Amino acid sequence: MKITKREVEYVAHLARLTIGEDETEKFTSQLNDILVYMDILNNVDTAGVEPTTHAIDLTNAFREDRVKESLGAEATLVNAPDAFGDCFRVPRVIE
Amino acid sequence: MDYEVVIGLEVHAQLLTESKIFCSCSTAFGAAPNSNTCPICLGMPGVLPVMNKRVVEFTIKMALATQCRINPVNQFARKNYFYPDLPKGYQISQYALPLAEAGYVDIDINGDTRRIGITRIHMEEDAGKLMHDEHSPSSYVDLNRAGVPLMEIVSEPDMRSAEEAAAYLRSLHEILVYLEICDGNMEEGSFRCDANISLRPKGQEEFGTRAELKNMNSFRNVQHALEYEISRQQYVLESGGTVIQETRLWDDAQGVTHSMRGKEEAHDYRYFPDPDLVPIVISEEWIDGIEKTIPELPREKRERFVRDYDIPPYDAGVLTATRALADYFEATLQHSAAPKSASNWIMGDILGHLKEDRLDITSSPVQPKDLGALIALIEDGTISGKIAKEVFEEMWKTGQSPEKIVEAQGLRQISDSGALEAIVDEVLAANPDQVAQYRGGKDKLFGYFVGQTMKATQGKANPQLINGILKRKLAP
Amino acid sequence: MTLHQLTIHELQNMLRDGEVSSREITEACFERIDAVEDGLNAYITLTRESALRQAEHADGLIRAGKTGILTGIPLALKDVMCTDGVKTTCGSRVLEHFVPPYDATVVKKLRDDGAVFLGKTNMDEFAMGSSTETSCFGVTRNPWDPERIPGGSSGGSAVAVAADECIAALGSDTGGSIRQPAALCGVVGLKPTYGRVSRFGLVAFASSLDQIGPFAKDVEDCAIMMNALAGYDPGDSTSVPVDVPDYREFLSRDIEGWTIGIPREYFIEGIDPEISAAIDGVIGAIEEMGGKCREVSIPHTKYCVAVYYIVAPSEASSNLARYDGVRYGFRADDGTDLLEMYKMSRSRGFGAEVKRRIMIGTYALSSGYYDAYYRKASQVRALMKQDFEDAFATCDVIVAPVTPMPAFKIGEKMDDPLQMYLTDIFTLSANLAGIPGISVPCGFTKGDLPIGVQFLAPHFGEGKLLQVADAYERHTNTERRRPAL
Repeated sequence: MKITKREVEYVAHLARLTIGEDETEKFTSQLNDILVYMDILNNVDTAGVEPTTHAIDLTNAFREDRVKESLGAEATLVNAPDAFGDCFRVPRVIE
Repeated sequence: MDYEVVIGLEVHAQLLTESKIFCSCSTAFGAAPNSNTCPICLGMPGVLPVMNKRVVEFTIKMALATQCRINPVNQFARKNYFYPDLPKGYQISQYALPLAEAGYVDIDINGDTRRIGITRIHMEEDAGKLMHDEHSPSSYVDLNRAGVPLMEIVSEPDMRSAEEAAAYLRSLHEILVYLEICDGNMEEGSFRCDANISLRPKGQEEFGTRAELKNMNSFRNVQHALEYEISRQQYVLESGGTVIQETRLWDDAQGVTHSMRGKEEAHDYRYFPDPDLVPIVISEEWIDGIEKTIPELPREKRERFVRDYDIPPYDAGVLTATRALADYFEATLQHSAAPKSASNWIMGDILGHLKEDRLDITSSPVQPKDLGALIALIEDGTISGKIAKEVFEEMWKTGQSPEKIVEAQGLRQISDSGALEAIVDEVLAANPDQVAQYRGGKDKLFGYFVGQTMKATQGKANPQLINGILKRKLAP
Repeated sequence: MTLHQLTIHELQNMLRDGEVSSREITEACFERIDAVEDGLNAYITLTRESALRQAEHADGLIRAGKTGILTGIPLALKDVMCTDGVKTTCGSRVLEHFVPPYDATVVKKLRDDGAVFLGKTNMDEFAMGSSTETSCFGVTRNPWDPERIPGGSSGGSAVAVAADECIAALGSDTGGSIRQPAALCGVVGLKPTYGRVSRFGLVAFASSLDQIGPFAKDVEDCAIMMNALAGYDPGDSTSVPVDVPDYREFLSRDIEGWTIGIPREYFIEGIDPEISAAIDGVIGAIEEMGGKCREVSIPHTKYCVAVYYIVAPSEASSNLARYDGVRYGFRADDGTDLLEMYKMSRSRGFGAEVKRRIMIGTYALSSGYYDAYYRKASQVRALMKQDFEDAFATCDVIVAPVTPMPAFKIGEKMDDPLQMYLTDIFTLSANLAGIPGISVPCGFTKGDLPIGVQFLAPHFGEGKLLQVADAYERHTNTERRRPAL
């Protein structure tokens, strides 16, 4: 097994997902198949190869330090599931 | 058992740019909630970040000022975690390829100089603000601060006492403020500090288990928190216990640190290079251009003041607290060649009056050229030191030049020996009993004669001349 | 008048000559939509009123002699790009009611140009899929056989063009999501070079792979669309400041003397024989046109599925973290604390495929696995890029199949995600290498299912793609077939 049910649960937690009990079995099995398939990459000799993050070689994409108009609180909150005053409201965060 | 303290500090400095790091919203402090926000800093679907060039410039500046090695290529990375004040569910920061590494700052501790290493300096975005309401099961999110540019400065674990840590912090602070890239306001959160602290038996190479300290929002707090933590960890170790690796919060009201254990979990940030931002390549030309804009830094300035102006290190320290004050001092010296005197006037009268009137040196009603002129008038004997104090008050109130005030009020010191001799003769003639007593051995009466002469001249008599004349005339 | 059946270039002539108005074309498209949409489900949102307003505005511009590139042409937009004031759902419950207060850059460009937006088309949820079966708004059906999938993730846009429910459409391609549905629906689809078209406002799936591109009824229309879409955007740091040629200049040219590369790794066991035969037909046509075919090698082809299905989900797992129910989107309100709110909102909001990919990506980036998965895949990706550079040193363009099989039946591959992933084998590499690719119809199966052929070119070689595709189209000169609906 590449990935255990326990690991699936941990990864789900990292991603803030709940996978139901019945789904966990299926997920674990599917993820396993996929990860086993990925082993094929071990056959590639990548010694000394720089990883590529960008498909095109660009550098130094900058903008000047100038202020432009903001959206404004109204438009900012227009899609908010729950707002109070000018703030987004969420269940209390314990610190 | 003798323990050695090992401290490392992590500083986050908000940069004084007009706009945020990845979007053009204003960074202005104190705006109404969610009024400085746009789809980009709100992390709305489909938006993309674009790098603010000035953030790079400021960071290069700080890297140069702290002797760091600037990496020719640096890259942004995503730090992934969930929190309501983090709109994208990741913070854009730098991980494997920061802008600068391996620098240092020299601090002065008890007459010695110590070098504190800087591991790295990198750029990242600030998160928003989370506010809690004790009376409701809710928290509130204001994203004005999300996307404000931050510079993170990580020190080597080189500090060996709370005092050193405070000194290092002050050093960093004054450099940032001198460079005009951060306003250094700990209370407002534009300059933040977290500490890592551990103890190890003296002579041991291996580091002990460290605790991370947070929630220290003033220099005093930092020092007190570290001092407390040192004694706490010492107690734990000496009673045979082990220090737990954890985050602890400083509680200023109770003067202790509290463990956050149980409330936090180890974060797996899953750093990877941000595909939306291309690498930053920093050329030698760019660095040279920025190097030219770096002003004389506080330490160099202090050393130069002591060396060139022959003033005590303490004075140099006070005068270089801000660039503006140091510039004021040197501007004053353009008009009077008496550095120690200038230093005294500034440290005493100028700073005192500024504090009373809640003004900044840049708004001082007394200009350097006038202060310089005042000092010159004392040096050349035009007025006495005592009169000068009166003139200064008038200068502060009216902004007039000292020359004008002296003329208008006829405050010129009387240094005409002839005139003074005549006045002294009158004073002695008017006080024959005291003269006799003095000549009879009552030395203390000398001050009386000085006082009488000053009174007769409305304080304008040149004190040195008076002393000489009186001594001569009172001699038996 | 079957206005909705015409192409952009045909309609542009008619608009210019005053033979027809944009309003008439737009109304014709809506009539067509009303007639066939129920059986296809290509659209999520129709924007009738604003489309008619846009058409009127366009007619005004044309009368005033201010015709732009797509002025007055009714288009469909994949519901993955933000449209100011119009719901943008990405086929997901998470954004079911989300109305962006901004346009994607490309949308704004087209809006300013006077184009007409008919509506937002259906897609696999968050662009993750190859069949348009994972949308929360239901399956989109292939107009050539409604029991079959149209391909994905831009299935809705491909179908809208194939069924004449619009004149042309926009899609997005991360691993083949324009080219594959174009092939399965019998239309032209182009994925530009990475960085050629702005990604600002394109809801991100895999940031280093995504591109917006056109669906069109013929190659000429595709060229016109590219003229309107391509260009540098300072708001997209990955956008490349390279001049945009007039892509129509590549039309009506021959490919005499061109070398066409045939990658040996692409012509393998397991391709449907009818597709193989069709591709052979294309190769024959190329030779008739004076092109020379030669074998090339893309040695790392067999790793492309593994590389893609590590890189794309990794980036996606991070890109989709913003869907936390805090500032917009679906929020489950029966959670008792913040953690529950996050988990319930995301778990109820996302479908199974999206969750699966988020999980793969989170795992691949997690501590202890980053080097083995993400870093390793990124290294192999570099090798793939090099493969194409080496191949293009010996040929002008590469020819390849688009899919190993024609449109499969709805539901056929839903239970085996890995099998589904393997069907992308011919399209993934282009995204990984950042090169452009075009899919053009090249025949039908005996069962009347469309077959597409793909051409690939080096970076910024869209002109070459259009040239060879257009030459092929003119050479075969087949009357455009329409699905019986």
